[in-house]
Amino acid sequence: MSILVNKDTKVIVQGFTGKEGTFHAEQCIAYGTNIVGGVTPNKGGQEHLGKPVFNTVREAVDATGATVSMVFVPPVFVADAVMEAAEAGIELAVVITEGAPVRDMQAAKAYAVKKGMKTIGPNCPGIITAEECKIGIMPGMIFKKGNVGLISKSGTLTYEGANQVCKEGFGISTAVGIGGDPIIGLSYKQLLPMFEADPETHAIVMIGEIGGDLEIQAAKLIEEQITKPVVAFIAGQTAPKGKRMGHAGAIVSGGAGTAAEKMAALEAAGVKVVVSPADIGKAVAEVLKK
Amino acid sequence: MNIHEYQAKQIFAKYGVPTPRGIVANTPRQAVANAHELGGKIWVVKAQIHAGGRGLGGGVKLARSIEEVEMYANQILGMQLVTHQTGPEGKLVQKVYIEEGADIVDELYLGVVLDRAREMPIIMASTEGGMEIENVAHDNPEKIIKVPVDPAIGFQGFHGRELVFGLGITDPAEQKKLISFASKLFKLYMENDAEMIEINPLIKTGSGDFLALDGKMGFDDSALGRHQDIEDMRDISEEDPDEREASQYGLSYVSLDGEIGCMVNGAGLAMGTMDTINYMGGTPANFLDVGGKANAETVAKGFEIILKNPKVKAIFVNIFGGIVRCDRIANGILEATKMVNVNVPVIVRLDGTNAPEAAEILKNANIANVIAATDLADGAAKAVAAAKQA
Repeated sequence: MSILVNKDTKVIVQGFTGKEGTFHAEQCIAYGTNIVGGVTPNKGGQEHLGKPVFNTVREAVDATGATVSMVFVPPVFVADAVMEAAEAGIELAVVITEGAPVRDMQAAKAYAVKKGMKTIGPNCPGIITAEECKIGIMPGMIFKKGNVGLISKSGTLTYEGANQVCKEGFGISTAVGIGGDPIIGLSYKQLLPMFEADPETHAIVMIGEIGGDLEIQAAKLIEEQITKPVVAFIAGQTAPKGKRMGHAGAIVSGGAGTAAEKMAALEAAGVKVVVSPADIGKAVAEVLKK
Repeated sequence: MNIHEYQAKQIFAKYGVPTPRGIVANTPRQAVANAHELGGKIWVVKAQIHAGGRGLGGGVKLARSIEEVEMYANQILGMQLVTHQTGPEGKLVQKVYIEEGADIVDELYLGVVLDRAREMPIIMASTEGGMEIENVAHDNPEKIIKVPVDPAIGFQGFHGRELVFGLGITDPAEQKKLISFASKLFKLYMENDAEMIEINPLIKTGSGDFLALDGKMGFDDSALGRHQDIEDMRDISEEDPDEREASQYGLSYVSLDGEIGCMVNGAGLAMGTMDTINYMGGTPANFLDVGGKANAETVAKGFEIILKNPKVKAIFVNIFGGIVRCDRIANGILEATKMVNVNVPVIVRLDGTNAPEAAEILKNANIANVIAATDLADGAAKAVAAAKQA
């Protein structure tokens, strides 16, 4: 078990033949991901990385039965690609691209929700079910199979967290990089209950950061619905107010969205909150050995 | 990206959002000419910097004669204007906006921002114009009216009615004017990919008109590619030169006031590194994300920018190598130390793909001030210790 994706998941790649799309699709195939084809307009009928290329997502879905799309198109085409996927009946779009305009994502996400399609990202490392299916740009080798679910706004902190968990002798069921943009697809609120329902997941690591209130929403949900132990780290405790810290959404604006308020809310909800990301692994070991 | 008040008002004018008339000036002479051109008997001389609180800092003056326009323009142009948003060093004023005086009966607040929780823009309004809206939100939250507007349907009549009834505006003519004002403001917010608009105060005049007396706008950096006219409004003198230089090399940099320089891949890990240094009793000197493709050039540039800060006593390079292998990054760091004279201890933590090979490379290179660390905690501890010894 795992959440959202596994070894049987059929995946297509939008922006398949581009430089990034090609490089990472190749890595995913090598990892064992069931990539069944890709989409690049005007390259339909060709073959790329040994897989068929289609002009449209609809053609790709009809021909392959794909349910998940990994999106690598340039930033200004992200909204178009996401809406096309939703229209074609894709169930989950994983958007890796960084720098999509907020207005575009707002519209694309609203449409995806209306069509019942889930989205992950944009500006994220993707999703990986350890040793089964990698849809994204993360280094697959650090994710050993195990019983810890991971949700993170940050790419490298996902790797850092997963690496520590594995070094402590545990492993990862599924890790989801949700991205650090102001508007994102699936977040803690949707993913925590999925991990709660997954029998293979015994503990959950959530990595958040300054900006917005998704972590506060998560704290409320954890208190009400989550029985599995949760370990959390919030990045940006030392970030100055009003400054954007790399991610488009990582900003304390008008005094709201600070690390301190998020940490306090999570702690109040019974979450084990670590002050340094260096302690994630140890904290997981502690909650799992209890 | 942010713009000046006078630029925001140019955009307002384009969309028919009413503002007092005004003309920007670079010199006191121009200021006087502008006052003559505007006519009237009262003018306001306003410093143009990207920060709020200009009035309290002495950057906004009411002039009752042409002589006063000249005097205030002389005072304000070239001053280091200090407000609660500029920091103690203040900001150099290079432009003043000369605006006709207005007959103010009432002061309101009107703004448009993205509501991240609702995932749509929200119009915020308050009767408490002229005050810091954050303070109003804190002390009198009931005095802020929030009207979310779903872009799929756009600004409708009911949005307008929620606003005017919320503000207690009862005169039908005034209601109509304010609804039209808000509707145009929402349109320009959407069409220009704005991130935020703030009009504080929005004034009601003696004749019952509503005017934007101030105007603040920020834009979504990711969307500037499709708004050349907005990009052309960029004032680079308002930006931190180091942050700007870093961004030209694909690095994301924010300076802080501590002693330990940080060079990290990924924004989250970069913040996490700062937090860890702080946790271990040190102080981070900066946020620096070298991005996913750290190589010799970007690392060298990173060293250069970090070392411009004389307070830096040690540098912590914290890289989690994923797709980019650590051995390549180790070689990049060695090359970078040849390109830039790094005169403080450099603690290097390379983890992830090919980390053992990377450690071997660093060990064999045997550079005096490069210290290898095994993981994040070890690296942060060594960096804090090195900074304390220096």
